[in-house]
Amino acid sequence: MTTAARRAAVVGWGVAGLLLLVVLWEGYKLLAPADGVLIGETRVLPRTTDLAMPHVWDMFGRLAEPVTRSPSAQPLWLVILLGALTTLGIAAAGWLVGVVVGIGLALVMQRWRVAEWGLLPWIVLSQTVPLIAFAPIVKSWGSRVEIGSFEWQDWMSVALIASYLAFFPIAIGALKGLQSPDRIHEELMQSYAAGYWATLMKLRFPAAVPYLLPALRLGAANAVIGAVVAEVSTGLQGGIGRLLIQFAGQASGDPAKAWGPIFGAIVLGLVAAGSVALLGVILKNYRRTEETA
Amino acid sequence: MSAPETTAAPGTITEPAIAVRVSSVDKVFETQGGRVHALEGIDLSVAAGEFVSLIGPSGCGKSTLMRLIADLDAPTSGSIAVFGKTPTRARLDQEYGIAFQQAGLLPWRTVAANVALPLELHGVGQAARRAKVDELLDMVGLAEFAERYPDQLSGGMQQRVAIARSLAEQPRLLLMDEPFGALDEMTREKMQADLVRIAGETGAAVVFVTHSIPEAVFLSDRVVVMSPRPGRIREIVPMRLAGAAAGPADGVGAVEGAATRAARTEGLREDRSFFEMVTAVREALHGAPVATGARGVETR
Repeated sequence: MTTAARRAAVVGWGVAGLLLLVVLWEGYKLLAPADGVLIGETRVLPRTTDLAMPHVWDMFGRLAEPVTRSPSAQPLWLVILLGALTTLGIAAAGWLVGVVVGIGLALVMQRWRVAEWGLLPWIVLSQTVPLIAFAPIVKSWGSRVEIGSFEWQDWMSVALIASYLAFFPIAIGALKGLQSPDRIHEELMQSYAAGYWATLMKLRFPAAVPYLLPALRLGAANAVIGAVVAEVSTGLQGGIGRLLIQFAGQASGDPAKAWGPIFGAIVLGLVAAGSVALLGVILKNYRRTEETA
Repeated sequence: MSAPETTAAPGTITEPAIAVRVSSVDKVFETQGGRVHALEGIDLSVAAGEFVSLIGPSGCGKSTLMRLIADLDAPTSGSIAVFGKTPTRARLDQEYGIAFQQAGLLPWRTVAANVALPLELHGVGQAARRAKVDELLDMVGLAEFAERYPDQLSGGMQQRVAIARSLAEQPRLLLMDEPFGALDEMTREKMQADLVRIAGETGAAVVFVTHSIPEAVFLSDRVVVMSPRPGRIREIVPMRLAGAAAGPADGVGAVEGAATRAARTEGLREDRSFFEMVTAVREALHGAPVATGARGVETR
């Protein structure tokens, strides 16, 4: 198969998957009873009313309509796009902090074995703290930070929480990558009398790329989730997290509207992960392996 | 780190003819299963420009000895001098080039960039680097593969790149740990002939670890036969091959080495003197005359 044909096939299967989802949604809505499927008292499948499961075309049609009935209202898609961009910016800031912290921790752990033993359990433990629990704490701590003319902004709390989720896979992936060079490569560098920094730049970082790329992508997805959840729990205005809550509250009167921000959040995650995938294309030579042809 | 000395170093005036001197070296590894005596009472000198092979069954410490010379490991007792310097000093001064059984090329670098790596690390300018890399790739016959990546080359070609890389700093000593061990027989013989030529052209001394008797005989001025547990030198067999009236008898006369090397052509493999030397090394390995079926060492 040619490259073009293969690419077309990938796109084709992707579209087919989406269509299947639509068919399943609408098929269930058409065939299942309005009250859903119950076993005893327990509902195992959802209601199929327009309130619980709006038609796919209603959900998308709603995007083109204005947010409110006010004559000056913007269309729903624009509001969601602006919200998504705000969240993307915050998540990107959080991701960058996560990259710096994650790679920094990995460097320290790679350099000193003792640091790995001491730090790694805490890094793992850090991810077991529920995000919802400490988001308000971070916000209240942040509000007390004031250094000179610098004043802590609420979005920074959200970015910080996003970075808290993002740094974990990056730290683990970077550590594995930095430790990945074969002994023969390390000894070669030693035989060249290359010091720590030269070995790091010429050997460890390039060798870490295949481990770093998926870690960075995972970190980007985590940063988006972290940003959305933190927006919800700190009540930050302007982002997609806030829209999710706000429109969900209006679902009884306007059920299709609540799905708008959900689609927005999905697209947001795809864009974030896709941007990192782009990084992989640029660094593709570092993903080669030394195998005999 | 001081600047790498690629030309004749002033520190070698005392013993200009000796590339490596190993004096009563012991190496003990502390393992979970107890102490392992890897090397015991090793004395060996390698003259400048001389080709010396270390041969012996697995566990005889031949690779360990090479690693000690390369300063990738330190002896438990005894001393090693490389061109009259400590191994560490010699390593920092880039006195040796090294090649292993695996080519160990960096997969994300092109062939040319792999060969250039040591030069890059030692701050050689780009123009000088390119000229040197072209010259080296020419020498190993891979000039047209400069922009390929290692995964696009065969095993033999990768190993040739590794040899070119080990020659980048024009070392006066080459350390090679079974560099052809993973290659097929045809490629192996071709590489051996290439190595003889390259060693002759560069005038470098070579310490060559192998477990193939014909390979050791074909390449070497002297073959150092080792025995395991503890790793000892059993015998040093000087190679007397056709075309060379007498090889250097005990190491310090390696100037004739270059002359004997000219005789190492493919025809030598068919020569009577070659088989005699193979037999001599095999007998040294087994400590007694053996008829057939050498054990412990591959005879390919």
